[in-house]
Amino acid sequence: MGVRLFSEPFDPWSVVRERERALPMEKLGAASVFVGRMRDFNDAQDIRGMFLEHYPGMTERELERIVAEAQSRWPSITCEVAHRVGSIDPADTLVLVAVWSAHRVAARDACAEILERLKHEAPFWKRERLGDGSERWVESNTPGT
Amino acid sequence: MVINVQYFARLREDLGRDGDQVAITEGIDTVADLWRHLHREAPPPRLMVAVNQSHARLDTAIADGDEVAFFPPVTGG
Repeated sequence: MGVRLFSEPFDPWSVVRERERALPMEKLGAASVFVGRMRDFNDAQDIRGMFLEHYPGMTERELERIVAEAQSRWPSITCEVAHRVGSIDPADTLVLVAVWSAHRVAARDACAEILERLKHEAPFWKRERLGDGSERWVESNTPGT
Repeated sequence: MVINVQYFARLREDLGRDGDQVAITEGIDTVADLWRHLHREAPPPRLMVAVNQSHARLDTAIADGDEVAFFPPVTGG
């Protein structure tokens, strides 16, 4: 399984291509890829940037656990998960979840499940920098939006 | 018994420190006991907890050498 944290900007499509070079693509009829990027707005406020705090050690363990549990539920899948930490600018990629499988349903369902669990279980915290220079912690992720 | 306590995000800022090293003799059996011992009040609503870097609950038992982390709801992704 592949779980990676990036402290600098990363290109999600390069991560996907790099992983695909090592996969038996003739066996994998489906790929489901989610890329989450930082918006420059949230709760009707302009956002200039953010800092993503994490819990070194536990964050990697949680991501690996979430991927392992998805692989138990959908044994045919192969996964790559990447997440940014540190100082982030609007339009930077925050998260990549890529899932390959022989068929579409496992790839699509596992990708959605991994993303939702990541958002509610992996220890990351967003601190936003607003247009007026003030900062605020994001209090919670909204379910399913 | 020594417990290594860590705080993250808003909780770390509100408390003004990254963590606490706690030497505990008796009467501290669970995560909730540990919080009350350190902060003299009930754990706040929505508090999340990890013991040895795995998600835990307020009634999770703690033991010598454990790493206990307290943090607000997570907001990654």
